[in-house]
Amino acid sequence: MRAYRSLVAARFRVLLQYRAAALAGMATQLFWGLIRVMIFEAFYRSTTRPQPMRYSEIVTYIWLGQAMLGLLPWNFDTEVRNMLRSGSVVYELARPLDLYTHWYCRAFAQRVAPTLLRSLPLLTVALLFLGMRLPPSVASGLGWLLTTFGATLLNTAFMTLVTITMLWTISGEGIQRAAPFVVYLFSGMLLPLAFWPARMQPLLHFLPFRGMVDVPFRLYLGQIPAAQMFGEFALQLLWTAFFILAGRALLAQGTRRLVVQGG
Amino acid sequence: MAHIVVENLVKTFQVAERQAGTWGAVRGLVRRTHRTVHALDGISFELRPGELVGYIGPNGAGKSTTVKMLAGILVPTSGRCEVLGRVPWKERKAHVQQLGVVFGQRTQLWWDLPVVESFDLLRDIYRVPADRYRVLRDELTERLNLGSLLDTPVRQLSLGQRMRCDLAASLLHAPPLLFLDEPTIGLDAVSKLAVREFVQTLNRERGVTVILTTHDMDDIEALCSRVIVIGGGRILSDGTLDALRERVTRERWLLLDLEEADLAIEDPDAEILRRDGQRVTLRFDPARVSPAQLISRLTARYPIRDLFVQNPPIEEIIARLYGGQEG
Repeated sequence: MRAYRSLVAARFRVLLQYRAAALAGMATQLFWGLIRVMIFEAFYRSTTRPQPMRYSEIVTYIWLGQAMLGLLPWNFDTEVRNMLRSGSVVYELARPLDLYTHWYCRAFAQRVAPTLLRSLPLLTVALLFLGMRLPPSVASGLGWLLTTFGATLLNTAFMTLVTITMLWTISGEGIQRAAPFVVYLFSGMLLPLAFWPARMQPLLHFLPFRGMVDVPFRLYLGQIPAAQMFGEFALQLLWTAFFILAGRALLAQGTRRLVVQGG
Repeated sequence: MAHIVVENLVKTFQVAERQAGTWGAVRGLVRRTHRTVHALDGISFELRPGELVGYIGPNGAGKSTTVKMLAGILVPTSGRCEVLGRVPWKERKAHVQQLGVVFGQRTQLWWDLPVVESFDLLRDIYRVPADRYRVLRDELTERLNLGSLLDTPVRQLSLGQRMRCDLAASLLHAPPLLFLDEPTIGLDAVSKLAVREFVQTLNRERGVTVILTTHDMDDIEALCSRVIVIGGGRILSDGTLDALRERVTRERWLLLDLEEADLAIEDPDAEILRRDGQRVTLRFDPARVSPAQLISRLTARYPIRDLFVQNPPIEEIIARLYGGQEG
């Protein structure tokens, strides 16, 4: 356990070194957030029908999304790709570590470290100046925290699975490009899931991706009652377990057929 | 008891092939042809504790494949392999705990972290007790002269510095077994010497068993009492360096520095191998003519400024061994 903890801590230290990247990322996310808020403002002004979310709620949803973007598996571990291409992966295999746990820890640090760095200032700015609101109750806030943790575990498991597929397609372009798009679409990051057509809802509800964004955000807004947080959390854990098992199976297959080229 | 037992190890890879050109690519979409490559074709050897063995062969001979199997990274197609009583790929985690590895072309240090933090991480990964770790780390730091490097991020190290740090990193858990895969590749002369000297003392004083793969024949000559040569996935030769020489050729080389460049040299028992200005390299068979005889004959007939006798360089021997194998 100690080894994995140290690995996460080391990755944290590395990722926290990049202050310029954090600042640039924050600026980008603020900018995108403003654009999205404007789009929804235009939409709410022109629409005549009742919408599934109030304008103030959608603004909060957007800023939460901008702050938590880093948690989403939207980019992948280029270091693992480079390791696979260059063959440095031999060192990963020459350690008395469980490779899956090792890569899961890497992915975890990669999700959490930059997000911590960016989200706190961004949320502060959004709450003070940009129309974001606090959760309606303490329970909703707690529900958000719990399911954000669940979402982090889920995202990490998903991301690790995608990383492992690189053992098959070394260039890693295909799945790595498709996966973030699927996540972006079905998690609610692009459009809150409540806005999707009613006949799509059963599908969205079934897919694991709503646990990545929509569930924690709607708990924050109080749209999902705080009492349901444990059920939602359990569902996130269930999908996490699914991705972990799939990842492990794939990794076991992959290392068996691994060809470490050259010397 | 033998440290390492390898018996009839075979590894084949399936390589997808396509014909050249656009048409070949299109056909490849429909039907893939596969070619079987025998990376290892029945390798057997044994290693005793404390041996320092050179494992050499041309590119693609199967050196790295063997090392990776011994390290538990690759699974062989067939054959038996036991390292310290374990089958590497079956008990990978327990096995690699006993093993230090250095792959010269890659680093095991964390690129963005100061060296000492990489060392600390390895301490946790290998679960080295804190007090033992401190002793080992300080000793390695002193031996490899790393004192001033410990706080430097790895990406800022020169290749020679990095290699010294990599060596230290592979030994922090005091493994009885060390695999060095081209540890001197790309290093300058001073760094090479430092690495060699360190490996030698490690082997002599600590009794660490070392397997060294390299293309640098000076490494082999300086370090290895035993050399295993492989080519085309098979063992071509296994024994001492002298025995290898003996097997391939008994010839010696006589190098002459002449007073003038254009002098014609002739002798019934020696053959001119190459000419380079005033430097002439002759080869002869010491069974046919003794070196003393040859030298006195030549010095009597030609104006010679300097001369010396040497064994053919090991590269030459190896090249001939490969050549013989192909032919």
